[in-house]
Amino acid sequence: MAVAAVKTYEFEPADALGKFHGAQLLYIGWEDHLLFCAPFAFPFPPTMPFGAIIDQVLPGAFGYHPDFARIDWTRAEWFKSGKPWSPDFSRSLAENGLKHKDVIRFRTPGLNGIAGSCS
Amino acid sequence: MDMQATKKKLGLKERYQVMTRGLDWTPSYQKMEDIYPYVAYEGIKIHDWDKWEDPFRLTMDAYWKYQAEKERKLYAIIDAYAQNNGHLSVTDARYINTVKLFLTGVSPLEYMAHRGFAHAGRQFPGAGPRVACLMQSLDEIRHAQTQIHALSNYNKHYNGLHEFRHMHDRVWYLSVPKSFFDDAVTAGPFEFMVAIGFSFEYVLTNLLFVPFVSGAAYNGDMSTMTFGFSAQSDEARHMTLGLEVIKFILEQDPANLPIVQRWIDKWTWRGYRVLTLVAMMMDYMLPKRTMSWKEAWEVYFEENGGALFKDLARYGITMPKCAETIALEKDHLSHQAWGTFYNYGAAAAFHTWVPEKDEMDWLAAKYPESFDKYYRPRLEYWREQAAKGNRFYNKTLPMLCQTCQIPMLFTEPGDPTKICYREVDYKDNKYHFCSDHCKEIFEHEPEKYIQSWLPVHQIYQGNCFPEGTDPTGEGFDPLAAVLQYYHLEFGRDNLDFEGSEDQKNFDTWRGMATKNV
Ligand SMILES: [Fe+2]
Ligand SMILES: [Fe+2]
Repeated sequence: MAVAAVKTYEFEPADALGKFHGAQLLYIGWEDHLLFCAPFAFPFPPTMPFGAIIDQVLPGAFGYHPDFARIDWTRAEWFKSGKPWSPDFSRSLAENGLKHKDVIRFRTPGLNGIAGSCS
Repeated sequence: MDMQATKKKLGLKERYQVMTRGLDWTPSYQKMEDIYPYVAYEGIKIHDWDKWEDPFRLTMDAYWKYQAEKERKLYAIIDAYAQNNGHLSVTDARYINTVKLFLTGVSPLEYMAHRGFAHAGRQFPGAGPRVACLMQSLDEIRHAQTQIHALSNYNKHYNGLHEFRHMHDRVWYLSVPKSFFDDAVTAGPFEFMVAIGFSFEYVLTNLLFVPFVSGAAYNGDMSTMTFGFSAQSDEARHMTLGLEVIKFILEQDPANLPIVQRWIDKWTWRGYRVLTLVAMMMDYMLPKRTMSWKEAWEVYFEENGGALFKDLARYGITMPKCAETIALEKDHLSHQAWGTFYNYGAAAAFHTWVPEKDEMDWLAAKYPESFDKYYRPRLEYWREQAAKGNRFYNKTLPMLCQTCQIPMLFTEPGDPTKICYREVDYKDNKYHFCSDHCKEIFEHEPEKYIQSWLPVHQIYQGNCFPEGTDPTGEGFDPLAAVLQYYHLEFGRDNLDFEGSEDQKNFDTWRGMATKNV
């Protein structure tokens, strides 16, 4: 039984893909930079090129950190659901296999936050 | 028509019998399962409701008398406090932010506890627990009322308290306490009793009320202190009831043990996650600290709770597994929580700040393993930047845990440098969790938690703007629209304490009260 109930209790999830006006959710975390208290949630169209995240979205989200300007994106390591993953920047989110509510993280070797504290 | 006069006064015991169980009757033309439709589906087996031992012998008429006396004393003090401008004798206007957190986050739960106990009481076929639930239900509505009355005085003078009930149902961080209680009241009556009556009232209540009430006492807030004390004698009764419930259920049938153990595991964790707000209140928000969160956890849970679970071992109950995770988090919890509110200080209905130097030294002394290494650099950087006019306001919405609804701010048990990510695939959808424990709770009842009202997702669905807002319109500002929907006034209720209207007014009024200007 997937819920304790007096009768059948099955409904569409509150966050079903169709409720986001054509967007799908993508969560993005930056490893070793906990100045940002938690990973971020974004609604993106699945047709958006992955590179647009780097160019247009992440500067607004993570740009406050002094390490952000020092990132060498060719050396960044990516993870999807915690497993190593390599995105193709020129292809869309869908073509990169990203689905609604996927979570990705990136690590920027050599950059370890404020005074090396992972902040 | 003549009433038959009572021959003699009843003894206490008889009187109790007559006024509680004597009021019960056996239905003759309705089936028991129609009258008590929720009593079986949770799988708890009760063979004899008469085995219930009443933990306190209190009849309704005596109850009214005691409570009325308490109310008289309480309101006399609250009135005196208001008339003497007692709010100006608190240590520092920063203190008032703990009052805001309490009124928006906790007082509405008192009201929900009132509803929850009324509902559970209605569903139990036994007269003993029904009467006990009825009284607790009345206690809880009294708690809600006295808190609202006592704190309304602050609303006359300070910002952020004006729409506490409206905010409770909408504001992102208030979804944490709200969803905790909604989860409990939508469970069956037995789970509710284990969740709130036992896990919350018995195991965790000292970590909620004692910190707020002693924090109030330390910081000169007589009115909060007084309602705290007025509730205390009720709490003693609630704790007794919580323990009696557990013992009764376990003694009724051995098959009840695994169900009860799972509920204890679940609700200790659910309650602990809500206490994240208390942890940061204790370590960061009280101008004059009482004890650290870590010390409070060690005394009230590890020592007192440890003794309780030793006591319950004879029923086969063991210490909840999550206690190990919590022990690993106790050096980090309050720092990570306050950092989160500092991040999202533009979207909170209270003020935030970076602790002063002496406060950081206090934190370093209380948290020698973690503060200087992980949290001081972060806080000092924020302070430096704020001094340069570059105060950090995080404007991107965070990822939330599906179960506890808290932003994914918690780190891996044992590694404070890595966020803890857990996920589950269920019916073609992904769900994310802050911890193994929130994940396990979901996995047991996924159909319940896929309905979580997650504030961030609701904002992205367009459900958190004032009616009539067009999010596709020119120059649409989503943050401004969300704050309007919260009834939170930008620049007044939120942002830094430094430079706030609260700070200025408090200084002016205190100056008028203490100097000749
Ligand atoms: Fe209460
Ligand atoms: Fe969680």
